[in-house]
Amino acid sequence: MSGTDALEVQVDRWRDYVRRHRAVAPDDVDEMTDHLRERIDDLRAAGLDDDEAFLVAVKRMGRLDAVSAEFARAHSERLWKQLVLLPDSPAPDADPARRELAVVVGCAVGAGLAVKAGSTFLDETALLLNLGLLVAPFVAAYLGWKRRLAGRTVAALLAGAVVLGVVLNTYPFDPAGSTLLLAALHAPVVLWAFVGVAYTGGRWRSPDRRMDFVRFTGELAVYYVLLALGGGVLVGLTAGLFSLTGLDLEPAMEQWILPLCVPGAFLVAAWLVEAKQEVVENIAPVLTRVFTPLTTLMLLACLVVLATAGDLTTVDRELLILMDGVLLLVLALVLYSVSARDPLRRPGLFDGLQLGLVVVALTVDAVALTAMLTRIAEFGASPNKVAALGLNLLLAVHLARSAWLLLGLLRHRRAFGDLERWQTAYLPVYAAWAAFVVVAFGPSFVFA
Amino acid sequence: MHIDKDLVAASATPLVLGILAEGQSYGYAIAKRVADLSGGRMSWTDGMLYPLLHRLERHGLVEASWGRSESGRRRKHYALTPAGHEALAERRRQWDVVAETLGEVWRTLSDGAAGAAAPRPAAGPATAGGTA
Repeated sequence: MSGTDALEVQVDRWRDYVRRHRAVAPDDVDEMTDHLRERIDDLRAAGLDDDEAFLVAVKRMGRLDAVSAEFARAHSERLWKQLVLLPDSPAPDADPARRELAVVVGCAVGAGLAVKAGSTFLDETALLLNLGLLVAPFVAAYLGWKRRLAGRTVAALLAGAVVLGVVLNTYPFDPAGSTLLLAALHAPVVLWAFVGVAYTGGRWRSPDRRMDFVRFTGELAVYYVLLALGGGVLVGLTAGLFSLTGLDLEPAMEQWILPLCVPGAFLVAAWLVEAKQEVVENIAPVLTRVFTPLTTLMLLACLVVLATAGDLTTVDRELLILMDGVLLLVLALVLYSVSARDPLRRPGLFDGLQLGLVVVALTVDAVALTAMLTRIAEFGASPNKVAALGLNLLLAVHLARSAWLLLGLLRHRRAFGDLERWQTAYLPVYAAWAAFVVVAFGPSFVFA
Repeated sequence: MHIDKDLVAASATPLVLGILAEGQSYGYAIAKRVADLSGGRMSWTDGMLYPLLHRLERHGLVEASWGRSESGRRRKHYALTPAGHEALAERRRQWDVVAETLGEVWRTLSDGAAGAAAPRPAAGPATAGGTA
């Protein structure tokens, strides 16, 4: 039966070839191989010989590039990479890579010089307000260049940045007031939304592209921390060696190294995420696995403490801000495990754990808010409290609906896609809220 | 027979859901059933069926389970979920409207061609309007 053996070899070779497409998971290869074999059997039964049957069956399977691209569209979490985002490049050669590096270095130096200029020419409060505006355009420029943004999108982003810049710099903020600090805190969120538009190549309405941007953001944070650690070690060693010779590195550090390197590292991190995604692709989701049970335990402890503490009427708004932090952390845990979860997997233990985490977090939040209710009423509407309460409300809505969808998933009432869509659909709300805080809080609170 | 790829894409989901409504099935059998039902006039690029099935699974319209074929190969079976039945009924309503409307158009065309006072010689059905 050497004919059949030859056929087996051909089928195996086809399998290997399919497996090389990263959007096609091993299970899918099995599924498609089963199909191929069935087709071959039918064709042989119709009188074709092995070779003919194999060729016709493979031909009917379609162009694997197209099939793989379709798989990538159906499973964007498998590769949120070049295949999905960029049109197929005709031939991979070294030239674009070198050009990209040049653009990255250019943008990194630009961001560094912008921050350096800012720290030289602006006073402290102006620098605080404008820090994001000095860095974000360079990140957006790199991503926009890479995604070949349409002129209309570039114009819209520029207009947005200009409006933000005008608002931040012409509002007569009281230097000691809290609206200034709130604007400085919320402006980067708005700017990050602009970066997101550039990242998605203008297709920010697409839920898949939005989820890609969430993944990008998580990996960027991981890379940035790693770069900062490495940079810290390097600077520390250099300073140690210099001090032996009586040279003090500190002035140079404050004057040049920090203003140039801290923003520059941001661009480098963005480039690394773009270029080397596969290496730490799953770090952020892995962290969620570790911290989901731990956070649940921590929150349970908090719940007990809060419930037995009795009188919480003396605590100040700090509790409110801490609660925002807790909900943000829980949201990040949910978001990043959703971003990496295989949508076809059966709901399991981890989904249950996650539901537990969200429910406990919301309970803690409810207990804290109820305990503070009278205080919140007494506070009156100071900008800080309104901002903290508003964010708390937004986060609670986001998490409550996530919990509901998780419950539906666990009870097989809902598909994972619903949970995933809810996460990405809700994200622009935060950008809108941040923009609202920046633009409206100053005038509403007489810039206090 | 060549069928426009947009038309194939639009009809693929109701076809798959409809075939699965007959009972659980697997990829190759679904593809074969489409070929049978259309008398061989309609056939898909086989590979494209799987991303579609996975998309339906992700949206909770079908449920998948792994089993074995008679010859012992791993095989993934698909079955319609309640949400899938609902989606199928909805699609069917939509397609009924489309099919009825088209039927009316074809009928007026042939009436016009048969009638003596046709304002114009039978216009070709080449200009397709937008589909929902």
